[in-house]
Amino acid sequence: MKRRTAIKTLSAAAILTMAGAFSAQAAVNGPVNYIIPFGPGGESDISARFQQPFFKSMFGQDLVVSYQPGGGGAVGWASLNGKKGDGQTIMGVNLPHIIIKPAQKNVGFNTDDLNTFYMFHFTPDALVVKADSPYQSLQEFIDAAKANPGQMTLSGSGKASANHLAQIKFDKMANIKTTYVPFKGTGAAVAAMLGSQVKAEWGYSTVGAKQGEAVRMLAVAMEQRHPLFPNVPTFKELGYDMVGGAFRGIALPKSASADTTKMWSDMIGKINRDPAFVKKMLAGGFAMLDVDAAGMASFMKARSTEYLKDAREAGLIK
Amino acid sequence: MDIDNFLAALTLTNIALALFGVVAGTIIGSIPGLTATMAVAVLVPITFSMEPASALILLGAIYTGAIYGGAYAAILLNTPGTPSAIATTFDGYPMAKRGDGDLAVALACFASVFGGLVGAMALLFLAPPLSEVALAFGPGEYFWLSIFGLSLIAALSNGNLMKGLAGGAFGLILSTVGVAEISADIRLTFGSQTLISGFGVVGALIGLYCIPVLIDLVAVPDRHLKIEDDVKSVRIGEAAAIAMKSKVNLIRSSIIGTLVGILPGAGGSVAGLVAYSEAKRNASPDQKFGEGEPDGIIATESANNATVGGGFIPTLVLGIPGTPPDAVILGALLVQGVRTGPTLFQSGGDSIAYTFIYGLLIATILMLPVGLLIGRYAYKSIVTIPKAVLVPTVGFMTIIGTFAIHNSISDVGIMIGLGIFGWIVGRFGFSASPIVLGLILGPIAEQGFVQSWIIGSATNDLIGMFFGRPISQAIVAFTLLSLFYPLLVGRRQRAMK
Repeated sequence: MKRRTAIKTLSAAAILTMAGAFSAQAAVNGPVNYIIPFGPGGESDISARFQQPFFKSMFGQDLVVSYQPGGGGAVGWASLNGKKGDGQTIMGVNLPHIIIKPAQKNVGFNTDDLNTFYMFHFTPDALVVKADSPYQSLQEFIDAAKANPGQMTLSGSGKASANHLAQIKFDKMANIKTTYVPFKGTGAAVAAMLGSQVKAEWGYSTVGAKQGEAVRMLAVAMEQRHPLFPNVPTFKELGYDMVGGAFRGIALPKSASADTTKMWSDMIGKINRDPAFVKKMLAGGFAMLDVDAAGMASFMKARSTEYLKDAREAGLIK
Repeated sequence: MDIDNFLAALTLTNIALALFGVVAGTIIGSIPGLTATMAVAVLVPITFSMEPASALILLGAIYTGAIYGGAYAAILLNTPGTPSAIATTFDGYPMAKRGDGDLAVALACFASVFGGLVGAMALLFLAPPLSEVALAFGPGEYFWLSIFGLSLIAALSNGNLMKGLAGGAFGLILSTVGVAEISADIRLTFGSQTLISGFGVVGALIGLYCIPVLIDLVAVPDRHLKIEDDVKSVRIGEAAAIAMKSKVNLIRSSIIGTLVGILPGAGGSVAGLVAYSEAKRNASPDQKFGEGEPDGIIATESANNATVGGGFIPTLVLGIPGTPPDAVILGALLVQGVRTGPTLFQSGGDSIAYTFIYGLLIATILMLPVGLLIGRYAYKSIVTIPKAVLVPTVGFMTIIGTFAIHNSISDVGIMIGLGIFGWIVGRFGFSASPIVLGLILGPIAEQGFVQSWIIGSATNDLIGMFFGRPISQAIVAFTLLSLFYPLLVGRRQRAMK
C-alpha cells in the first residue's frame, strides 16, 4: 500500500512538472477494465496491448483488456455510459467510427455522449500497391486511373470507414474516379491487394511496417514523412492536402468527474510520451498524436466537420 | 541450424509451457462458449514477460488444445465446445448415446493429434509456397467456397432435403441481422438495440445444440448416456485400430484441414464440415454417417486440428491471420517486437519461427496423453453424474459461456430463445446443423458476392469474375458433384436391384 502511494506521488509529481497545472486527487484503485469494442486481434486490441505493460510499470495497476464487440463498435459505445464513472472502467474509441455511425442511423449513442479524454495515435492513410505493381509513383497511379475511369479497383477495410473516406477524398482531390471494394478488416484488404484481386489498397502506414518488401506505399497522409519510411513521400509534398487516417483514443463514462477525467488524460499522456513506448509505436508504423481532455472538443469538432462533409457528398449519409 | 532450433524448443521451460497450454486449452475448449480465440486472448498478457518463442509456444499449445477440447462437449453433450467441432456432434453424440462415448473420445484424440501433426509439418516444410494459396483465393473463390459449404446441407439432411434447405435458408436470414460486415448497413433489427450485434455463431451453437439436449434430459426419464458394464478404460487399443484402418480418411481430412486453415476467413468449422462431407461421399455403403460412424469423428477432428498449423502459414509468412486465434497471436507477436513475413523463415533471419514450429509439434504430441487422460475423466464424470446434477451444471455453463462472448446478458436471452425454437422445430424433423451452416457461411457468401460484383462491374467482366477463374470453376464442379452424387448413387443402386 505504501509503495503504491509512493508511486502515485511520484507519477503525480511527474505529471505536475509536465502539465504545469495539477488539481486531481483521484487515483485508480485496483485493476482497470479497458474495454475494446471490437474482437481480439484487431489494431485497436493491439494498441491496447502496447499500452498494457507501460501502464503497469508506471502506475502499478493492471490494465485488463476485455472485448465487447458487435455492430462495428456500436454495441460497446452504446453501453459505455451505463458503466460506473469511478475511473476503473475505460473504453477504446475510434475515428471516424464514432462520428460516422451515429450520423448514418440510430445506433444507440451519439458522438457527444462519449466522454473521450485522449486521442493517442493514428494510423495514417496510405495508398499501397504490391511490390511488382506497375505503379512506381502516385503520379503513375493517377495517370492509370485517369486513362480508365472506374476501372482502378482499390481494396479497403469496411464501408464508410477511414479507408473509404480516404478514397473519396483523394478521388476528389486528384479528379479521378476509382472503385472502392470493401473487405472485412485490414488483413483481408491486404490479402486482396497481395493476391492481385484489386490493383491497390487504401490502407495505413502500418501495412507498410508489417508487409515490408512485399508492398510499396505510394504516399502517406502525414504532415511529415514517417521516420520508418524516409523514402515514402507524403501526399502533402506531392500537392494533395491530405493528412489523417484512423484515430484511436479512450473514453470514460459520462458520469466520471472532471478530476477523474483529468487524471486519466494525464496518465495516458504520460505513457504516450515515454520514449520506449514511442519507439515501439513508430516501429509498428503508427503515428503519435497527443490530444488531451482539454483539447478534445475542438479536435472532435474539426474532424466531425471534415468527415461529415466528405461522407455526405459521397452519399454515405443523408 | 535446424537442430539448434529443435533443441531451443526442447528446453524444460518450453516443454512445461506446452504441457500447461495443452491442458488449459483442452479444458477451456471443452466448455461451450469459451472458444479458442478467447482462450488465447485471455492468456496474452502472461506472455509479455516471456521470450517471444516461449510465448508463441504457449499460445500455440493453448490454441491446439482448445480445438481438441471442443470435441468432448460435442461427443458427450451434443454441443460443440468450439465452432470447429460442429461436425463432431453428427456421429460423436450417437456413439455416446449407444455407450461408445469412451471410444469416440479416444478416436477424437488420435485424429486430432494426427491432424495437428500434418498441419504443423506443412507449416514446417511448405509454409512459404503454401501461403500463395491464401492469396489465390479472391472474392469469387470465397463466394463459391461458401456455396459449396451450403451444398453440404444436401449431404447432412438425410432424406429430408426440403427441411434441410428450409433450415439453411433460415440460418442465412439470421446471418443478415445486425450491422452488415462490409456494407455497414443495419438490417432486420426492427429498431432494437439488442439485435444490432446480430446472431453470433457461438451463441447460436450453444442455444441450438445444447438447450434441446437439456430439455430432453429433463423430459425423458432415461439416463443421459448408455453405460457399458464398466467405464474404467478409454478404449485406446480399439480406437487405435479403427484409426489405423481409416488412414486414407485421416490423411485426406488432414490435408483438407491444412488447406482450409490457410484461407483467411474460413477456419476450423468450415474445414471440419468439408472433411466430413468428403468422408461421407467416399464412404462404403455399409457405413452409416450420422448414426455413430467413427469415420465421421475422424474426419472432423483431424481436419479441425490441421487448421492450426495451416492457419499459422499465412499468419507467419504474410502477416495475415489465417484464423481468429491467429489474429490474437499475431498481435501478441507485434507487441513483442517480432516482425512476421517471409524473412521469419529465411535462414539467418530470426529463428523464432522454427523454434515455435517445433514447440507446436511437441505440444501436439503432448496432446495424446493429455487428451486421453482428460478425455477419460470427462467421459467418466458425464456418464456417472446423476441427471439432477448434470442438467443444472451444464445449464449454468451454457449461460456463463454465452455471457462471456460479448459480456452481454441479452446474448443469453437470444441463446435461450434460439434453443427453445430449435427444440420445437426439432420435434418436426428440422435439425440444427443446416441453420448453423447458414449462419456461418452466409456472411462469407455475401461478402464474396458483393466484392465480386463490385470488381466485375468496374472492369466490365461480371461473367469472368464469377465463372472465368480456374479455382472458382473447380469449386463449382465439386459443388455440382456433391449435390448430384447422392442422386447418381441412388439411381445406380436402384438400377442394380
